[in-house]
Amino acid sequence: MIREEFRVLLVDATLGKGKILQLDGRNEVVGGSGLAAMLFEKFGSPERAWNDESQPIIFAIGPLTGYFPLMSKMVCSFKSNYHNEYTESHAGGRAALSLQFTDLDALVIVGRAKQLSILSIGAHHLEVQEASFLKGMDAESSGKLLRRMFKHGSGHRSIMRIGPAGETGSAMACINVDSYRHFGRMGGGAALGAKNIKGIIIHGDSDFEIPAGGEYAKVYEDVYRQVTSTDMMRKYHNLGTPANLQGLNDIQSLPWNNLQQTSDPGIATITGTSFADETLLRNGACSGCPVGCIHIGFIREKMQDNRYHYNQVAYDYEPIFAAGTMLGVTNSFDVLRILDVMEKVCLDAMSGGVALAWATEAMEKGLISIKETLVSLRFGDAGAYLQAANHLGRGANDFYRLLGQGSLKAAKVYGGGDFACVLGQEMAGYATGELFFAAQSLGFRHSHLDTGAYSYDQKNSTKDVQKAVDFLIDDEPGRVFLTSMVSCLFARSVYKDEQLSKCLESVGLKTLANTIPETAEHIRALRWQVRTKTGFDPENYSIPKRFYQVKTWKGLVDKEYLDNLKKEYGRRIQAIVAEGDEKS
Amino acid sequence: MKQLITPRMDQCIGCHSCSLACARLVHKKISWNSAGIRIHSSGGLSTGFVANRCLACDPAPCAQVCPTGAYSQRPGGGVIVKKKLCIECGKCVEACPVDAIYQDRQGAVYVCIHCGRCVDFCPQNCLKMRESDSAIEVLI
Repeated sequence: MIREEFRVLLVDATLGKGKILQLDGRNEVVGGSGLAAMLFEKFGSPERAWNDESQPIIFAIGPLTGYFPLMSKMVCSFKSNYHNEYTESHAGGRAALSLQFTDLDALVIVGRAKQLSILSIGAHHLEVQEASFLKGMDAESSGKLLRRMFKHGSGHRSIMRIGPAGETGSAMACINVDSYRHFGRMGGGAALGAKNIKGIIIHGDSDFEIPAGGEYAKVYEDVYRQVTSTDMMRKYHNLGTPANLQGLNDIQSLPWNNLQQTSDPGIATITGTSFADETLLRNGACSGCPVGCIHIGFIREKMQDNRYHYNQVAYDYEPIFAAGTMLGVTNSFDVLRILDVMEKVCLDAMSGGVALAWATEAMEKGLISIKETLVSLRFGDAGAYLQAANHLGRGANDFYRLLGQGSLKAAKVYGGGDFACVLGQEMAGYATGELFFAAQSLGFRHSHLDTGAYSYDQKNSTKDVQKAVDFLIDDEPGRVFLTSMVSCLFARSVYKDEQLSKCLESVGLKTLANTIPETAEHIRALRWQVRTKTGFDPENYSIPKRFYQVKTWKGLVDKEYLDNLKKEYGRRIQAIVAEGDEKS
Repeated sequence: MKQLITPRMDQCIGCHSCSLACARLVHKKISWNSAGIRIHSSGGLSTGFVANRCLACDPAPCAQVCPTGAYSQRPGGGVIVKKKLCIECGKCVEACPVDAIYQDRQGAVYVCIHCGRCVDFCPQNCLKMRESDSAIEVLI
């Protein structure tokens, strides 16, 4: 509901009880990313471990969630077991609208349930229910059971759950959201697992009066027409993000075989077009988004004679990079099979694929053997990766449990740190050049979406450190404001400040409508301040040697330029933190 | 008279834009419940979506049981709604064989009035208005 204060549900999983809090701060932190940072400051313990019972896991939406198209995402924040620092992960599905229609701006869970449990909430409902029978259950089976257990609200509820990876504390564990979306990166699944919460059901069963005056409906219609009647969003619902596979391969920016190559003729069978032509079963949308960028492919498995069963698997650019090109797998159905395994064990596909790519090269170089990997790994051998993905997700032995904490952690024990493709966390699928490598290494979420560095690299061949870092610094606040709203970042071409201002004004949030740039700056600083309190220091993050060996369309990576970019970007982030500390 | 039909629900992506449009434009609400058309999944997102909406019965059982005349028979099928006459007894909700009428916690009831305002907000062309005597197959 549109209101100046935040309405937050604080659930203590230990007690199985919750309370509603009304908190000020709308004009300072907006919602989403900003609200999550504010709530971590209030409930989190920067100095305590990620899995301390007192640590919160926070789910936050924005003021316009459900009020405008593509305001359809949710922020999940927590102290990550990947780096023991504060982080965020974002997901779509039905989660955001469901939370809005429970009349909440955020859900905060602290404590630890005595048994593995399910938290279910609605506008008039709160229950923590023991469900130890779900232990070890995969995302597909637990989804089916949860739908059977919670019969009401089909279509108007969100079902989040973790899999074995989250239950065993893997730093690559995701939270599955409504089967096809995820809080994927930085171990959100483990953060929820640490609460002994297997799943969360959010039933959005309330409604609100529309904002006063006629302006709201008009502005809504204008935004709706922009996103549906123009070509602005076509790329997202047509081939979707996999359209980028061919283009990045063409400019030698697509990581292959653990980043030993940036281009390969094998791309022909795993382009966006080939996925659409051969594997695409149907499209889907997050609630409140008419674009429908979700691409769901199918895999058909033969048992014997002519007996078949099939599974539906969502795909996107990043998962295809991770389970495809990074592993040298070039059959689109094989890529989906690997993703299907990762989906079931609730392993973040990007992290999992990149970690298995490191393991493959480590095996090639004789640093590890089948004793560790349980299956012989070779680039292109999809059958082996199906088994390895399951081992990694379930933490089948000491090696896989260690690898699940991060490739660099495994490399510390077994060697091979030089070719661990880690930029803060396992790399995103953009070998575009120096600025992206520096930006992902130090980016707030270590995500390619923290800044537009991957885009800058593709358009600029000059080596101007100041100009490049200015770009990162100038690009971030706009994105932070959008993730505080919480808009899908695909809508950033629609939701420019002017449009956002009209939207906010039309629902009566006039102060916010007139203070977007300064509020964005404030939230950016707040997020970095919170993260810094939990231990962030640019010096903690180094760039493995492999990234200096990459050849893109601009030629071999320039070591000096990359090092200078990272140094300067780190310095600028620290300056933002220092300035924020001074102001507060 | 024209009726809302949902001939291409196989194309539905589950964005809820139709429900949100109905709630916003007809009922002056922000909601995916308080609307004449409501989208549900049938067995999780893997099996697609169904639209809970008025199928334009003639005679309409909901109008027949309405004790105050808030619901009356609409020519060609469905009901004419006079909200001011409604005492929120919920009999229409019970009488509807296809769960097309929603009653909120305060007692207000919501049913499709076949105005067609949702049609333009479906990005997938799942919805259509047709003449009530048309032979187009009614899909849910």
